[in-house]
Amino acid sequence: MEENELTQPGPGRPDDIRAVPVRRPGRWIAAAIVLICSASVLRFIVTDPAIKWHIVGRYMFDSRILHGVIATLYLSVAAMALGIVLGVITAIMRLSPNPILKSFSWLYVFFFRGTPLLVQITFWYAITALFPNNIISIGIPFGPALFHPDANAIITVFVAALLGLGVNEGAYYAEIVRSGIISVPEGQSEAAASLGMGRIKIMRLIVLPQAMRVILPPTGNEFISMLKNSSLASTIAFAELYFEGSSIYSVNYDTIQLLIVESIWYLAMTSVLYVGQYYLERKFGQGFSRSQRATLRERWFSMGARTR
Amino acid sequence: MSDVMVSAEGVHKRFGQNEVLKGITLTVNRGEVMCLLGPSGSGKSTFLRCINHLEQINAGRLSVDGELVGYREANGKLYELHERDVARKRQQIGMVFQQFNLFPHMTAIENVMLAPVQVLGRRRDESRQRACQLLDRVGLADKYDAYPVALSGGQQQRVAIARALAMDPKLMLFDEPTSALDPELVGDVLDVMRDLARSGMTMVVVTHEIGFAREVADTVVFMDGGVVVEAGPPAEVLGAPKHERTRSFLSKVL
Ligand SMILES: Nc1ncnc2c1ncn2[C@@H]1O[C@H](COP(=O)(O)OP(=O)(O)OP(=O)(O)O)[C@@H](O)[C@H]1O
Ligand SMILES: [Mg+2]
Repeated sequence: MEENELTQPGPGRPDDIRAVPVRRPGRWIAAAIVLICSASVLRFIVTDPAIKWHIVGRYMFDSRILHGVIATLYLSVAAMALGIVLGVITAIMRLSPNPILKSFSWLYVFFFRGTPLLVQITFWYAITALFPNNIISIGIPFGPALFHPDANAIITVFVAALLGLGVNEGAYYAEIVRSGIISVPEGQSEAAASLGMGRIKIMRLIVLPQAMRVILPPTGNEFISMLKNSSLASTIAFAELYFEGSSIYSVNYDTIQLLIVESIWYLAMTSVLYVGQYYLERKFGQGFSRSQRATLRERWFSMGARTR
Repeated sequence: MSDVMVSAEGVHKRFGQNEVLKGITLTVNRGEVMCLLGPSGSGKSTFLRCINHLEQINAGRLSVDGELVGYREANGKLYELHERDVARKRQQIGMVFQQFNLFPHMTAIENVMLAPVQVLGRRRDESRQRACQLLDRVGLADKYDAYPVALSGGQQQRVAIARALAMDPKLMLFDEPTSALDPELVGDVLDVMRDLARSGMTMVVVTHEIGFAREVADTVVFMDGGVVVEAGPPAEVLGAPKHERTRSFLSKVL
């Protein structure tokens, strides 16, 4: 009622204030500098003959590049999936009352978060050398071996890259999942327990779905890092996007053009992720806010409106 | 079948060095409503949580419907129950919390349906129908698909009651169900509880609503410092308390 009186013009209500806004020359100067700089960079990129855009165009859909894009995608998706599985298991182990499980998961995170990814990838690749005659023994530790598969057949470069990226990701992801799990109030588990649910059901139906809200934003981040970090697999000669690009320019020296091609593809892949992330966040955010269900478009425009 | 639903004999509970329950002895009969009163920190919530084994007792005997809580007795020895068996016993004991604890990622009806489907393995359509009936019963016929954020505290608490009832419990525990509510919302929740009591449900209610206790309770128990100070029919405990501690507590809350 009161609000209506204030917003509706009435006999007793004064006119809206019309004041002269404060002048902010600093803003104009800053904007001008940014505009001039980006215009000149853009002009250089677009018009400089050295860039040779037609070469970029020619390689954009080259079959080797496309092969690299697909390899990057499946390596990243597979490694991310492995990382998520390891991360969830590790986080749950970390929160379990069993001290052995707890310290094991702590060690795993400590070790794989604390050493460089490049070292880990190379390590998985080189691990074949540790086994005499390229034989791995799978069986009871210190007991009789059950299988003797050929290590080179198992640890292909793909598997080495997958393990390197996935196991490393698991260590980071465990902490993300753990923070998600502990963000869910204990009353939720108690309410579920009082309904007769067991620990696994409580985790799966009550805790994890709510933890998702906290877990998802950093997951998008991790996925983007994964896409880019997968280029490290080129060091063990896994033929992903960066490897394919550089093997082309090592022959013809169109280095800049191929790097541009690669960058465009990486950007394209990450853009797809943004959309996926938005819709996942909306799904798992349900029930946490009174106003929701904006499409990506609406959000983009409302964001613009708010900053203006 | 015995008439006793909850039987506590000398129940003790410690948190570290802090002895919170110092020998609680009481009996709740089938179909009876017991209200627990007492100052903050007297151990009311702790006792309630012991009844469905959210807390484990350190000494004494506590049984629900003739079976020990959390243990199995054989040849004069106590064996800890497997988690699975504890869960099975909890299915038959409904609990309503001060902070409602609805599952925020599910609508009202999903909250009510969840346990029958996931725990009892009932069919979805059957459970949905039953959930509708229960929500109608607590006065929320128009809120089936609302998420908890979109409900008032009183409405949330009524959904929580419906959720507990969906498991067809033989015993309902209420831990200050109206303490987190605005005064004008308390009545709706108490009405639902009054109805439930009238329908013959066995209930243990921790509450500061003296009026409710006077009207609905068969037994009122006054606890202080981890012991039962006084227990009896409401007319006695509330109307003519024998103990000084009960009198001074009542003079504060009334
Ligand atoms: N998990 C726990 N760990 C340690 N101490 C606890 C725990 N739960 C309860 N306590 C202690 O036990 C005592 C009794 O707590 P309880 O919650 O049972 O009291 P209450 O009678 O329900 O009080 P209120 O009316 O404030 O809810 C308090 O001193 C509290 O600090
Ligand atoms: Mg309490």
